[in-house]
Amino acid sequence: MTTKDIDTVFKALADPSRRELLDRLHAKNGQSLSDLCAGLDMTRQSVTQHLGVLEDANLISVQWQGREKLHYFNPVPIHDIYERWIRKFEEERLAALHNFKRKLERR
Amino acid sequence: MSNEKFVYVTYIATTPQKVWDALIKGELTRQYWKHENISDWKAGSKWQHVADDGKRTVKLVGEVLESVPNRRLAMTWGEVAAAVDKSKHSRVAIDIETVGDMVRVTVTHEELTPEMRQKISQGWPRVLSSLKSFLETGRPLNTWS
Repeated sequence: MTTKDIDTVFKALADPSRRELLDRLHAKNGQSLSDLCAGLDMTRQSVTQHLGVLEDANLISVQWQGREKLHYFNPVPIHDIYERWIRKFEEERLAALHNFKRKLERR
Repeated sequence: MSNEKFVYVTYIATTPQKVWDALIKGELTRQYWKHENISDWKAGSKWQHVADDGKRTVKLVGEVLESVPNRRLAMTWGEVAAAVDKSKHSRVAIDIETVGDMVRVTVTHEELTPEMRQKISQGWPRVLSSLKSFLETGRPLNTWS
């Protein structure tokens, strides 16, 4: 993942409306624009714009079913970030705990 | 069986041929996936997903539905325990396309049982992140340790 890709993902996630759209797709994958607008306090136009940002960040993938564009949650970039920014730090902590346990057990 | 579908996408700085080889050549697949996909990759043939665990445990079985080198691989995907019960098999298509100077890899997985849904929604993001890292840097992710 390039720095630019990572920036795009973090920027896309830095908005509560976009996170809500992702949550809704996570709860039910493969929704159309109309499905996603239902029950949301957002204009159709701004939902379209948010979906565009999420699509550019590859956080959603789209497939056409006839004339309907369906949106799918794509967690792959989030996983890339997890591997790059979270797991690395967890590993150090886990290794420290592991060493601590071994020291105690040797006594 | 649900009609829910999952569509996973990653963009990789590589060539379609390298993605294809990484999917079907065991010596590559086991490096980033810890498994190999074994078949002659002809439509109608069987395929197996085999663990690189020394015992070569068969983890998944299915049938090759479509095989277009460097473009598309589609297959059924079932638990070994349900090998003969095809109603429990899900379907996977892996599409490989050039987009600008990147290759887009799209995994579409459907007709899932609830148990398989759980497994694949954990599995595919890891596999695709690791594949991307492997092809771009030569190093897979240490995600199965």
